[in-house]
Amino acid sequence: MTDSKYFTTTKKGEIFELKAELNSDKKEKKKEAVKKVIASMTVGKDVSALFPDVVNCMQTDNLELKKLVYLYLMNYAKSQPDMAIMAVNTFVKDCEDPNPLIRALAVRTMGCIRVDKITEYLCEPLRKCLKDEDPYVRKTAAVCVAKLHDINAQLVEDQGFLDTLKDLISDSNPMVVANAVAALSEIAESHPNSNLLDLNPQTINKLLTALNECTEWGQIFILDCLANYTPRDDRESQSICERVTPRLSHANSAVVLSAVKVLMKFMEMLPKDLDYYGTLLKKLAPPLVTLLSAEPELQYVALRNINLIVQRRPEILKHEMKVFFVKYNDPIYVKLEKLDIMIRLASQANIAQVLAELKEYATEVDVDFVRKAVRAIGRCAIKVEQSAERCVSTLLDLIQTKVNYVVQEAIVVIKDIFRKYPNKYESVIATLCENLDSLDEPEARAAMIWIVGEYAERIDNADELLESFLEGFHDESTQVQLQLLTAIVKLFLKKPTETQELVQQVLSLATQDSDNPDLRDRGYIYWRLLSTDPVAAKEVVLAEKPLISEETDLIEPTLLEELICHIGTLASVYHKPPSAFVEGSRGVQHKRLPGSAGSGESVESPDAGSAAGVSDAPPAVIPSQGDLLGDLLNLDLTPPSATGPPPAATSGMQMGAMDLLGGGLDSLMGDESEPLGGDLGGSPAMGAGFGAPPAAMPASFNAPVSSGGLDDLFDLGGGVGMPMGAYSPPKAIWLPAMKAKGLEILGTFARRAGVIQMEMTLTNKAMSVMTDFAIQFNKNSFGLTPAGPLQVLTPLSPNQSIEVALPLNTVGPVMKMDPLNNLQVAVKNNIDVFYFSCQYPISMLFVEDGKMERQVFLATWKDIPNDNETQFQIKDCHLSSDAASNKLQGSSIFTIAKRTVDGQDMLYQSIKLTNGIWVLAELRVQAGNPNYTVSLKCRAPEVSQCVFQSYEAVLKN
Amino acid sequence: MIHSLFLINHSGDIFLEKHWKSVISRSVCDYFFEAKEKAVDPENVPPVLQTPHHYLITVYRGKLFFLSVIQTEVPPLFVIEFLHRVADTFQDYFGECSEGVIKDNVVTVYELLEEMLDNGFPLATESNVLKEMIRPPTILRSVVNTLTGGSNVGDMLPTGQLSNIPWRRAGVKYTNNEAYFDVIEEIDAILDKSGTTVFAEIQGAIEACVRLSGMPDLTLSFMNPRLLDDVSFHPCVRFKRWESERVLSFIPPDGNFTLMTYHVSSQNLVAIPVYVKQNISFFETGSCGRLEITIGPKQTMGKTVEGLMVTIHMPKAVLSVNLTATQGNYTYDLATKVLVWDIGKLNPQKLPNLRGSLSMPSGVPKPEENPSLNIDLKIQQLAISGVKVSRLDMYGEKYKPFKGVKYVTKAGKFQVRT
Repeated sequence: MTDSKYFTTTKKGEIFELKAELNSDKKEKKKEAVKKVIASMTVGKDVSALFPDVVNCMQTDNLELKKLVYLYLMNYAKSQPDMAIMAVNTFVKDCEDPNPLIRALAVRTMGCIRVDKITEYLCEPLRKCLKDEDPYVRKTAAVCVAKLHDINAQLVEDQGFLDTLKDLISDSNPMVVANAVAALSEIAESHPNSNLLDLNPQTINKLLTALNECTEWGQIFILDCLANYTPRDDRESQSICERVTPRLSHANSAVVLSAVKVLMKFMEMLPKDLDYYGTLLKKLAPPLVTLLSAEPELQYVALRNINLIVQRRPEILKHEMKVFFVKYNDPIYVKLEKLDIMIRLASQANIAQVLAELKEYATEVDVDFVRKAVRAIGRCAIKVEQSAERCVSTLLDLIQTKVNYVVQEAIVVIKDIFRKYPNKYESVIATLCENLDSLDEPEARAAMIWIVGEYAERIDNADELLESFLEGFHDESTQVQLQLLTAIVKLFLKKPTETQELVQQVLSLATQDSDNPDLRDRGYIYWRLLSTDPVAAKEVVLAEKPLISEETDLIEPTLLEELICHIGTLASVYHKPPSAFVEGSRGVQHKRLPGSAGSGESVESPDAGSAAGVSDAPPAVIPSQGDLLGDLLNLDLTPPSATGPPPAATSGMQMGAMDLLGGGLDSLMGDESEPLGGDLGGSPAMGAGFGAPPAAMPASFNAPVSSGGLDDLFDLGGGVGMPMGAYSPPKAIWLPAMKAKGLEILGTFARRAGVIQMEMTLTNKAMSVMTDFAIQFNKNSFGLTPAGPLQVLTPLSPNQSIEVALPLNTVGPVMKMDPLNNLQVAVKNNIDVFYFSCQYPISMLFVEDGKMERQVFLATWKDIPNDNETQFQIKDCHLSSDAASNKLQGSSIFTIAKRTVDGQDMLYQSIKLTNGIWVLAELRVQAGNPNYTVSLKCRAPEVSQCVFQSYEAVLKN
Repeated sequence: MIHSLFLINHSGDIFLEKHWKSVISRSVCDYFFEAKEKAVDPENVPPVLQTPHHYLITVYRGKLFFLSVIQTEVPPLFVIEFLHRVADTFQDYFGECSEGVIKDNVVTVYELLEEMLDNGFPLATESNVLKEMIRPPTILRSVVNTLTGGSNVGDMLPTGQLSNIPWRRAGVKYTNNEAYFDVIEEIDAILDKSGTTVFAEIQGAIEACVRLSGMPDLTLSFMNPRLLDDVSFHPCVRFKRWESERVLSFIPPDGNFTLMTYHVSSQNLVAIPVYVKQNISFFETGSCGRLEITIGPKQTMGKTVEGLMVTIHMPKAVLSVNLTATQGNYTYDLATKVLVWDIGKLNPQKLPNLRGSLSMPSGVPKPEENPSLNIDLKIQQLAISGVKVSRLDMYGEKYKPFKGVKYVTKAGKFQVRT
């Protein structure tokens, strides 16, 4: 006797037959019929037509039948709301049943019926159940509050359920506590600013007690909640750590990882010299290793998280390299992740083992994996200098296998090795050249061409090699074409006599026969450079390239810190901040690691020499400070004084050339483009290219370049003065009465206490009363959407006006608009629907926590390519720099540092947008000159124009 | 929290769906099917997928995909652990976890799912608690139920649900009181061409089968607890006692459960019970290759190695094999290119050997990859790490139980490179 019998149908029509059976007098027959109905439901058949008949079976003392009917109700109540009301009575009655199982079942099921009308009847029984004497009922009721909140948030707040829920955190039963925490966390996710989970030492203590006694799932919720707490001092931090550590030995891997999160976060606060700190570090390794012997899906999530942990605290797993060795039957997604971590852990001590493994992997079957393994060998060479030679010879061995994709990958990484160790391994070029014909992927071809061009003087037949590529020039991809153009120009500069014909050929191919503007413009630049000033051309094209950094794909320190706070979540799997992708997380809530005790600003790993301490500017990602200063100074090359033309006035040709050259050289360097492109773009050599010798650079700019200069430069600690209210433009007519059947809307936007508001004056200029107002936004660039309904409660009679403030949030769907700050709005009333569009000042999207750390500012400024920099002029502004800074701060534009050079004040400022985009700014104010210059740098340069408009608006109002 | 669950079979049909909040259309699974198509092998489908509005988290168990849909930020490990728990529960209830058996018991499955999760929060996942509420189907019970109109849903509040020991039901009674513990160790190892150990570690587990009346309080102690530095426990184990005295003190769940798992890391020396001499080569010219494998005992601690089996994934180009085995049988699956040599017991006096030729179509280049050998074996009455239980004591109850400890060592992911 199996349930498969429920799937058999007769010819007469299933529904008809079921209906008859449901109305049967025999209990047993009824139950069988309900089972059949459920069986059909599970496979997705529509049996909603049976609703009244099934609900009729609900009043029964048979628990199984009741449960089955409830199952059915949950599925179909939504589609039959009127019928669902029929069930309410039974629910209310069941909530009074002497059997706690029935009480709990009723309240649980009621919460799952997502019908508005029913929720009203739910409130009373729910309130009773929240205070029930039986903890089983209380814990079920706690979850029910979350369900109800999902259906009708307002109702839950009005009825005071949130407070009752908060009280349950102090319940005597640990399971009730766990469920209350889970419910509150879920509700809090939709209320980022509400202080629902008010964590204080007392509640923390209660949570820690419940932690030991509740179920494994409850432990996960409690640990995740603990992770949001910031302890007052290192002693509290230590005591929490001590109580959480036993969770590391739990059989449930989710508990383990949540515990790791809490420990990783609270560890930041412990002094490094504390014995306990070392003990804790040692305790973290075994559970992480154990996660790797679990099911592959768990391994995958664990590995993604270990990747973060290893970047933050490499010392934890530095002796555990072997557990990351790839096994033959690991799924591919596990293999790729393990490989990544192996490279992160590679060091001089274990490099021999790692290389032997990687070489083994390079002969495996799976192409993706083999490619990554070959790349990994290259990354090892770049990371561990002592191993470079061995890596290169391993790569050469692999090239000898002649397996096509292996050879191509090897060539791509060898190019990087050349960049890291110039003039060391060029002896292998001959071997590389032998494999020229087998390269069919653009990346490999481009890499090979780069090598030939870069070392043209050592390759006797470089011209022949390049010429052979030139034959199919038009069939190549853009990457290869650009590379070929540059390589041939390099070749020409090195061996001008033999290659004149070749260079002319490529220049004409690029400029005359190509449709690609990038290629064409790069061709023109080279052509002009070569024809006007070959010396300058040499300086530009053959400029010495900076070395590439040791580790390429490290996560940005600020992001890493945030991700560490999110260990075990989806964010940690995707290595993206939660605000960037989780639809449900409303509002941006960035989590930061707490500062360490004592020092308060910088976190130092115990072995600071080798480990990449994050705030401590690891040598790899953040360039040395001297370098940075130089770069900041470079920005001053065109001072806004009378001596040089303002940048805006520079001829189009010249501007274009600057950008192009920067961009061109970028792509030339492939992966490592950023530092190079950045440096060349604004370097003195550029000036030279256009005839201005570098010596013309005012000497005074060099003066402050000293290591001490940096401190002076950023002596401007905290914010300047008191913040004033954020700027809000005056109201403008958005919707004229003519176009909207008598409804006139004047409006503006404002940011008040962190809430974006759309403030409108609605005027009725028609003859009749207007009612039923509603508002909706189209998708827009920043996901602006009304946070609540439009509150026009009373009807608007003729010639009456009403002021409305509509709070907005930024969690709506995103679509890029043109202009960026354009907002399309639909307003409805009893007459019609009207559409208009308006532009909001981007300054209302500047969030209050947009003040960047100085170090981070420096690093970020450097990190953003110069191409992303835009300059604007603000005319006729008569504020002093301090006053300007004050004013800007009111609109959440924060001054991080100020320095003065030659009577010119430079303010370095940061802004953060609601969607997490950072904008860095440099504002130059010359005493006595009413024209300010703003340079904006941002990873999303499209916002620059809008931000500039805000600057102008804020400063002038 | 977990929004919906879809069960999908090997060929990509959705045969069951369950929603814990609003209903999500099954078309959301299309993203999964796309990924499945791309991954070719079902094992290689990525477990976490992002779609425009949802996240899909999947586990692959017993040729079935358990696909859960989530909408908000949820710890993925929590979801994966839960899905495995669902599969375990099916296994526990129906003896296997397959499409057929789930379809045969669809109503019980549905009741179970409803009981396990409420609004996406886990409700009851302990098998002891579930079995009190929903009784597993047995042939006898369904006959009785049909005759008497009885039901297989309990109408009592499960007693364990709210006590401090939620894993144990109250009022357990047996006529024969017995407690058995199996110490099972698996060796995960990678050996290289020359037989040197690249990596080796031991995954151990203590599986318990406890049928004791009342509320027994057990203490299990080891001869050499120092070996166990990386352990995970069943929630019943008192962690403090372990920390201070290195003994396992617990009130056991009723029936079968995993008491603890442990991990003896690669930094300790791991004994490798067998050695493998192998030579697989393909000739540069001509269309054939040679294969020779010999297996012999290495560190077996005087015990017999049984259930020895070698599995090799041959390169695609290998058409057929012509081999002779001195012991056991071999099979070669032409479709999957898997060579399996089932040896059985290892006789140290007469080492098993497999040799012969491999044939490939002419004109095909020599395969690039080296196939690797997966070894299976079993050694009874031995825990290769050296872990030994010294005694088991029972407190809290008067009767005298039967006690027993068994040891077995198996090969886990035991791989020899060529």
